[in-house]
Order: sequence, then structure tokens, then C-alpha cells
Amino acid sequence: MASNRKVKVTVRNLTKRFDDLLVLTNVSFDVYDGEFLCIVGPTGCGKTTFLNCLTRLIPLTEGEILIDGEPADPKKHNIAFVFQEPSSMPWLTVEDNIRFGLEIKKVPEKEIQERVNQVMALVGLTEFRRYYPRQLSASMLQRVVIARSFAAKPDLLLMDEPYGQLDIKLRYYLEDEVIRIWQEMKTTVIFVTHNIEEAVYLAERILVLTNKPTTIKEEVRVDLPRPRDFTDPEFVRIREHVTDLIKWW
Amino acid sequence: MSAKIVCENVSKTFPMRGGGELQVLRNISFAVQENEFLVLLGPGRCGKTTLLNIIAGLEDPTEGRVLLDGQEVTGPHPDRGMVFQNIALFPWKTVLGNVEMGPRLRGEDKEERRKRALYYIKLVGLEGFENHFPHQLSGGMKQRVGIARAYCNNPEVLLMDEPFGHLDAQTRYLMEQEVLRIWQEARRTVIFVTNNIEEAVYLADRIIVLSACPATIKAEYPITIPRPRNYTDPVFLKMRQEISEKMDLAL
Repeated sequence: MASNRKVKVTVRNLTKRFDDLLVLTNVSFDVYDGEFLCIVGPTGCGKTTFLNCLTRLIPLTEGEILIDGEPADPKKHNIAFVFQEPSSMPWLTVEDNIRFGLEIKKVPEKEIQERVNQVMALVGLTEFRRYYPRQLSASMLQRVVIARSFAAKPDLLLMDEPYGQLDIKLRYYLEDEVIRIWQEMKTTVIFVTHNIEEAVYLAERILVLTNKPTTIKEEVRVDLPRPRDFTDPEFVRIREHVTDLIKWW
Repeated sequence: MSAKIVCENVSKTFPMRGGGELQVLRNISFAVQENEFLVLLGPGRCGKTTLLNIIAGLEDPTEGRVLLDGQEVTGPHPDRGMVFQNIALFPWKTVLGNVEMGPRLRGEDKEERRKRALYYIKLVGLEGFENHFPHQLSGGMKQRVGIARAYCNNPEVLLMDEPFGHLDAQTRYLMEQEVLRIWQEARRTVIFVTNNIEEAVYLADRIIVLSACPATIKAEYPITIPRPRNYTDPVFLKMRQEISEKMDLAL
């Protein structure tokens, strides 16, 4: 990661406590503009709390989160979230799901159309634009949500294990797709997963978390050409290294 | 070894709402040897669960038949124990109550069934949790109860329908190790359904790959890598890749 890249998000001394329970302690890191950052940690390490803090929807106990040098604020900054379970709105078509956020943000109609068409083409949804969520499979629904998030051109896109339960072949397909749309839209992404192989496949950089109270254990750079090959010895080496850092099972 | 379970030309067609028919299984034939760990691997919604339900006797095939020790399967029976994808524990029963439910309903002697229930609860690593209720357990622990419950009926064959599908990737690794340990200690014929290639290669004596809907048998792979298997062993990864190339992509 060249140090001349512009910093988009700064997290400084983030600490979160629920009464006596210290969940996050002194987490500090930067995310570069347009970076694809993955976060992995052991099961139960508090990653949901971590993401909820980053949305600024729950208060921090200590520390700060800056976007472009200013305190992150959901009213000012555009922070998008892709949940584990598909969260498309069932009463809207695919196209209207993707338009929804843009209309709320009062983006001009012409630009809405351009962006919606662009992201639908990128994730192969163009021919399904008039479908309703109930007519689509789980993986298609997740693509609707991902298209919707990227279309919003967020300052920060948070993804919480969006491909958790899908089969490996499908996951690689969708992971390639998310990389393609990320490269095209140049979005800053924080992608959280339990799956170490997935992190190595996607990330420019991986932050490895400790057990609770959670902090950053190590930062691992992944400088492999794309599309990546999970049988490549260097890929395997990084995967094993990260596994050793968090293995509890 | 002799064939424990045989599927002969099993096909299944469902009527569709508003007319028409949907064929989900077409001409599935295979045999499972006694004490073999067989994995049925297929993409999402390819009819894997339907096939397992037919073997369990919970559904009838449209054509073909299933044999257990040479006898045609006509309905559910304790000789085939099932571990469900959605776990399906009785929420108002404790761990012990869940595990001994089958023998209890069959009127088995209390002392006898309790002894066996406690043995399997210990085997799946839940000693000390006998009197906990399902809502007090984590996802991995709940599925351990599901496995103990299936074993407690003394089944000849264990049918496992994507039992770890809801678990996170790390807990899943743990449960894969555990299910092999349990199987090695209490040998049974196992038919394990999954959509996860890595899990299949880790567990199986043999993998049968199913196509997308309607499911047909696409390929078969005996897995001879010695156990315990290593997920990042080059031979393991090569096997995964080979199977991945053969598998259908179901969007």
C-alpha cells in the first residue's frame, strides 16, 4: 500500500464498552481512498459491534472516526451497509430497490438512471430489473443489495459477511463480481468475514483482530495479482499465516 | 463391504402451482457401502434435500426406489437418523430431553435410554449441558445436540442435511473435525449433503456430485487423501479445484 495514497477514513483509539464488558479496546487504523480492506477475527470477537460503531449508529465509548478528516456523521457522510442476510425491500422491484437511496439523496434523475443502469449491468441484473425480490434466489437478492450500495457511491461501504452461506463456487463468482464493481466504482470498502480464504481472495490489506477485548493483532498486505488463485503457494502461505493468528478451533 | 443403501433410478417431480410440473431429481442411482462416509455435493436448490428426504422415507419418489439392506423403504423409521439443516430441536425440551425423545416415544426403558442419551451427549462434547435448553446454546452446540439425538435412536444410517450451513466458517471447521471424530468412534453409514466443496473433500470417503436442477449424478470422486486432512495441502486444493470445475454454477 503506497503511503502516498490518500487516507479516506481514520479510526483512532476506538473503544466500546457495554457496562462492564469491554468489547473493543483502542482500535486504530486508516483506510485509504478506494481501498478494499478485509477484517477477520475469531468467532465472537465483537465484529458486529465493531461495524455498528463504524456506522456511527451506536455511540463510541472513547475514540473517534474521521471521514476526509471530519468526524464521521451519518447525516453528512454517506455510509452504506450490506448485511449478512439480503435486505432488499420486498415491495420494490430490483430497479426501484437500487434507485431508492438515490431518490432519498435527491440525486438528479438523469444521474440516477445512469448509475442504476451501470450497476445493474455490472452485476448482471439488467434483465431482471422489473422482478420483485420474491421472484429471485438468495444470491440474486444479495446482488441487488450490493448493486444498491455501490450505486449510492458511498464514502464508506461496510460489508458484513455477505456471502456467508453460499457454496464456494458461487462465492468465487460473486467475489469476482464485487471486485469488478469495486474497481469500476472506486469505492472504499471494509469487508468483514470469518472466512480467511475469502479475505485473502478479496483484500488489498487484511486487519486481523484479537479475541475480546478486541484490538488489532496484525496487518497483512495481500499483493497478489487478480483474479487470485487459491492454489497459488503464496496465496496459501498468506492464508496459513492469518489462520495461525486467529485459530481457536 | 456390502451395500447398505441403494438408490435405484430415483426421480421426483413436483406439481407446480398454476399447472405444469417441476422435475427435481432424474434417474439417481447409487449404492452406499456399510460404514462409508458418502457426501452428496451439489449447487444450491438442486434437489439435495429432496433426495435425502426420499432416503429418509419422508417423501415418496415419483419413480424408482430406495433399498436399505435389500428392503424397500416405504416410510420413515428409526433405522435412518436425520440431522436437519435448520437443526429442529424441541425448544421446550432440555438437551437430554431432546436427545432421548426418540427412544422415549417408542416406550423404551427409561434407564436404558437415559444411559445411551448421556453417552452420546458426552460423545458430542456436551457433558455438563444436559439440562440446558436450546436457547441457551450457541449454533454449533445446538447442532451437536441434533447429532446426538440422531445417534441415540441407534440408526443404521445417518442422514445429514447441510448440518453446518448456518455456522460461521471457523465454527464449521471445528464441527467438521468433530463429526469425523464422532464417526470414527461410533461407526455408521453416513450420507452427508452439502454445497461446500471444501467440506466435502475434508469429510468424504467418496463424493457424488449432483448437477443443477433436475439433479442427476454428474461425477463421482473417491477421496483417498489420508485423514486427518489438511485444508491447504496441495493435493487437497487440487481436488477442490477439479471438483469445482465439474460443478454447475447455480445463480
